[in-house]
Amino acid sequence: MSARLRWRKFVSNFMLTMTGVCALVAVAVLFFILGYLVYHGGASISWNFFTKLPAPVGETGGGMANAIIGSAKLLLFASLIGVPIGFFGAIYLAEFSGSTTAFVVRYAADLLNGVPSIVIGIFAYSLVVLPFKHFSTLAGGFALGLMMIPITLRSTEEFLRSVPNALREAAMALGASKWKTIATVIVPAAYRGILTAVLLAFARVAGETAPLLFTAFGNRFWSPGWNQPTASLPVMIFTYAIAPYEDWHRQAWAAGLVLLGLILVINIVARGILSRGISVPRS
Amino acid sequence: MATTTTSVPSAGPVAGSRSFLAKLREGDEIARLITFLFAASVVLLTLLLVFELWLGSTLPRHKFGFNFFRTSVWDPIFDQFGALPFIYGTLVTAGVALILAVPLGIGAAIFLAELAPTRLSDTLEFFIDLLAAVPSVIYGLLGVFIVVPLMRGYIQPGLKSTLGFLSLFKGPAYGVGFLTAGIVLAIMVIPYIISVSREVLLSVPRDQREAALSLGSTRWESTWQVVVPFARAGIMGSIFLALARALGETMAVTMVIGNTPTISASLFSPGYSIAAVIANEFTEATGDLYLQSLIELGLVLFLLTFVLNGAARLLIVATSQRGSGMGNT
Repeated sequence: MSARLRWRKFVSNFMLTMTGVCALVAVAVLFFILGYLVYHGGASISWNFFTKLPAPVGETGGGMANAIIGSAKLLLFASLIGVPIGFFGAIYLAEFSGSTTAFVVRYAADLLNGVPSIVIGIFAYSLVVLPFKHFSTLAGGFALGLMMIPITLRSTEEFLRSVPNALREAAMALGASKWKTIATVIVPAAYRGILTAVLLAFARVAGETAPLLFTAFGNRFWSPGWNQPTASLPVMIFTYAIAPYEDWHRQAWAAGLVLLGLILVINIVARGILSRGISVPRS
Repeated sequence: MATTTTSVPSAGPVAGSRSFLAKLREGDEIARLITFLFAASVVLLTLLLVFELWLGSTLPRHKFGFNFFRTSVWDPIFDQFGALPFIYGTLVTAGVALILAVPLGIGAAIFLAELAPTRLSDTLEFFIDLLAAVPSVIYGLLGVFIVVPLMRGYIQPGLKSTLGFLSLFKGPAYGVGFLTAGIVLAIMVIPYIISVSREVLLSVPRDQREAALSLGSTRWESTWQVVVPFARAGIMGSIFLALARALGETMAVTMVIGNTPTISASLFSPGYSIAAVIANEFTEATGDLYLQSLIELGLVLFLLTFVLNGAARLLIVATSQRGSGMGNT
């Protein structure tokens, strides 16, 4: 074996090993994040965290019950906006539309998907906060819902399209009308994919902070109804992490653990729902 | 509108109108209309977003014009607003992020696409997808409590003693600053680079690799000189995508960049980014000009990411089609 060849083989092995190291480093980051959150958050999580209101500034103790309920309400309202628009829009794209309309809608969705979340916040502020004159759960939910639309829409469309045409034709040959075909054949055939799409969109916005800063704002107390500023887990993490109090840092870790746990579980469940053979389309 | 392709065309001269009525009776036209309204609302909302940003930034656009981007005085008391330090901070942090993330991301993507067995590759990709799902405020949390102390205690003094002759690594080690924000951003965008690049690399036809190997190239040579150039456009696309993410990223940057509007050659210096200044000052902005200047910053951010995302999509689609056009699905 010539020296030249030996050198080339050495370079090849070396570089390929390095790519392996890169992959290892990237994946290790995930476990590092998880480990740190479990280590710091696990120690400070307690029953109080889930049941108590935040303690007055300067006192230790208290919890984030209002932020947990606040996040739940925000996400509920976001889903009420994001899921129907994404779902029915996708049905229109996959089953009814001509290619020009489909292109325009898809383009708009991709554009919306790429908008930085802080800009979505500005939009929700000028559309919902300004007319109502105060921060509210509705405004925050609207911002999050807006972010759910493109993810739900694009993946649902993909899954609807992956339903074989033979199924559509079979239903129509039996005399079913188009909407009946969609409602009883196509959507049921694609339901796993659609559920996955919705769950992934939900998980994506569950951790969003930036659009909530000036829409839902924050609140150290309960937020009754839908028209008041409300606390939410991500914003609480932000506020507590940059505050100078030791006890708040502890609670920020706990909140981080709860939030990340929720998001990762939803992600894993969503991917588990998909039967083998269908891959998750990227949002 | 024409009848859709899957329906059977009915015979007879009045087929068009009859089939429309029949469809109406069966609910098809109603279903089409309802779903159309939902689809149209996506377009409307997007247009409304652009319109609101444009309308919302009228005052500073008229008052400052192009000077908004050229001056660096940000003084709400005297109503002077110049965005240069924020634009600088955004570009520098995103640049640092890319310098760190691109080699690592592409390396990992090569491993996943070319070397790892399918099983391993899919498992690792699953973890990468989970990593992409970690919310940015969590990165910020870890940034504040782990990366910042690490930077202040070890990395910045270390860089200073070895590379301190460069103006990039001069100045006191605060921990927070451009470099820290860039590092946190790099960690955040790596998953995007890996996922998209892997996909693009996997779409490179098998014959390309086999041809290179049969000509006697080593595994690395076939990867680096044949497969990667074939997928170059798509990989560029993944980098653009990552850049767009890095530019628009808010929470993690806000928490570690130091929030001081400075333009400094040193990466150790605290800075400010567009997204961070919006996040910090939007609720406190008193006066229309102040608020609208922040909205104009939002508009700038929107336009930047709009262009980058568009370019990324074109590049990725072009590469995937090139791959599938050559007989490899």
